[in-house]
Amino acid sequence: MKTRRSPLTGLAAVLVFVFLYAPLAVVLVFSFNVARHGTMWEGFTVDWYLRLLNNQAALAAAFNTLQLACTSTLFATCLGTALAYGISRYEFPGKRLFHHVLHIPVFIPDIVLAVALLLFFALVRKFLAGFELGMTTMTLAHITLQIPFIAIVVRARMADCDPQLEEAAADLGAGPWLTFRHVTLPLMMPGIVAGSLLAFTLSLDDFVVSFFTTGPGATTLPILIYSSVKRGITPEIHALASLILVVSAATVVTVAFLRGRTEVKR
Amino acid sequence: MPSAPTESTKVKNRRPRQAVHFGEPLPLGAHLCRASWLCGPSVTWMMLFLVGPLLFVVAMSFAQRGDDGEIVWRFTTENYARLFGQGALGFDPVQPLILARSLGVGLLTAILCLLAGLPVAFFIAGLPHRWKGAALTLVVIPFWTNLLVRTYGWQLILAPDGWIARGLRTANWLAADGELYPGWPAVLIALVCDYLPFMILPLYTSVEKLDPALEEAAADLGASPLRAFWSVVLPQIRPGLIAGCVLVFLPASGQFVIPDLLGGAKLALLGNAVQQQFGASRDWPYGSAIAVVALLVMGAGLWLHTRVTRGRREVALP
Repeated sequence: MKTRRSPLTGLAAVLVFVFLYAPLAVVLVFSFNVARHGTMWEGFTVDWYLRLLNNQAALAAAFNTLQLACTSTLFATCLGTALAYGISRYEFPGKRLFHHVLHIPVFIPDIVLAVALLLFFALVRKFLAGFELGMTTMTLAHITLQIPFIAIVVRARMADCDPQLEEAAADLGAGPWLTFRHVTLPLMMPGIVAGSLLAFTLSLDDFVVSFFTTGPGATTLPILIYSSVKRGITPEIHALASLILVVSAATVVTVAFLRGRTEVKR
Repeated sequence: MPSAPTESTKVKNRRPRQAVHFGEPLPLGAHLCRASWLCGPSVTWMMLFLVGPLLFVVAMSFAQRGDDGEIVWRFTTENYARLFGQGALGFDPVQPLILARSLGVGLLTAILCLLAGLPVAFFIAGLPHRWKGAALTLVVIPFWTNLLVRTYGWQLILAPDGWIARGLRTANWLAADGELYPGWPAVLIALVCDYLPFMILPLYTSVEKLDPALEEAAADLGASPLRAFWSVVLPQIRPGLIAGCVLVFLPASGQFVIPDLLGGAKLALLGNAVQQQFGASRDWPYGSAIAVVALLVMGAGLWLHTRVTRGRREVALP
């Protein structure tokens, strides 16, 4: 595109970017505000961040969130990567149909997936004594949400890889395992890392699905923030939210960096 | 005969790709065997935790609610009739209004996103090559951050004693006791802010592919910039435009958090109605019926999207 655009386009675009980042910026700024109530700026402080360290509820929720995100991402990465590899290399009946199924969690309204899983877990509970809503059900739900994202990202990466590289390795005498270990896996790696990082943020930020599939005692950070927003926000929650924002943003930048680097290489 | 070559390629594509696997041809049985242990676990997982539960929701939507909120497995289409306006005393508009409101909000959000997204798409497409990736990353970062945090960020911005509200009051555009939220404008602002990336990405993909020569030709032939945009640029970016609108409309019409925090009880959308039935009202069969309708809306939108993008759905993922 070499056509000259009027400077108005640029101005409008910059305004839209300001609009996109306004809510994030406000939360970040208020997390350093001395004022406990209201929206007036009264001075700079890091006190709210320090107080978080003594907030038992927030610490427990943070621990739950991290545990949930790590466990579900680990499982989803293994399942999703194997799936992406299988789908892009082999044929099986119903593959096209399953490809559509895989896109359901990407587009479905969160709340529909959430209530479907709630109904399912309620059904299982009827037949299985001791099966309670809590961390386990949340982990199962998050894995379901994550598998498609990982599979789609890894598969996109596989589509970019030249299958002739694998053939060349085989021609040079490498067996299937050696070829996989030294050619295919390194080629897939950027996709796997990017996909699992995206899945990690997905789990970290998920509220709706967690809210419906959790049980008593298993509170995550988004659920904690939601109940605080309903009760009235304290500056400590701003600090907590800012920390989550920074972690998510850093993850996305890492993913973009990984993708960008592999694209340049091509 | 232009149709002949496409026919032959079709036949070729239908055969499993068995030529290449580590340099050796692979029989169909081996394909199945390897696919089953690679894809089997995930396929089973998605059947158990996604397809099964969704089918269960469909089944539940035809059940009845008992007097104490328990589920009575007796077939009925009452839930759907209620959603489309059949009340105890004839036509009851409350429930159909929720559906209409959701579709309307989704449509309005899509239009606003389109208006805000077009300049951004053109702006990024006009940037030097090395800046494009960074600009696109800047677009998707907010999307991957916590929705709750962004929504309450808007609560802070639009707060009664915030500077926007005070500025509007000084300009006499807002009553002295007026509030910016809960209400429609706040919900729409937050929705547009939330789903803009879904609009910008497909739009950008289309704008990137624009042929500038055509626009120049239109200008040379005497078309005004507006006319050139309308009859030359717009038809070229139509796939991205429709894809973007569908991708914004679908999640926006099923949103639950934003209307909950910024809209108040009067502006319930489909998502809030589902939550209400599964929460306080404890009418799971009716809640399931609402969820099924939301699913059908999604299915229709996806069908349109697939047709427009001709199956290249990967562009959708930010």
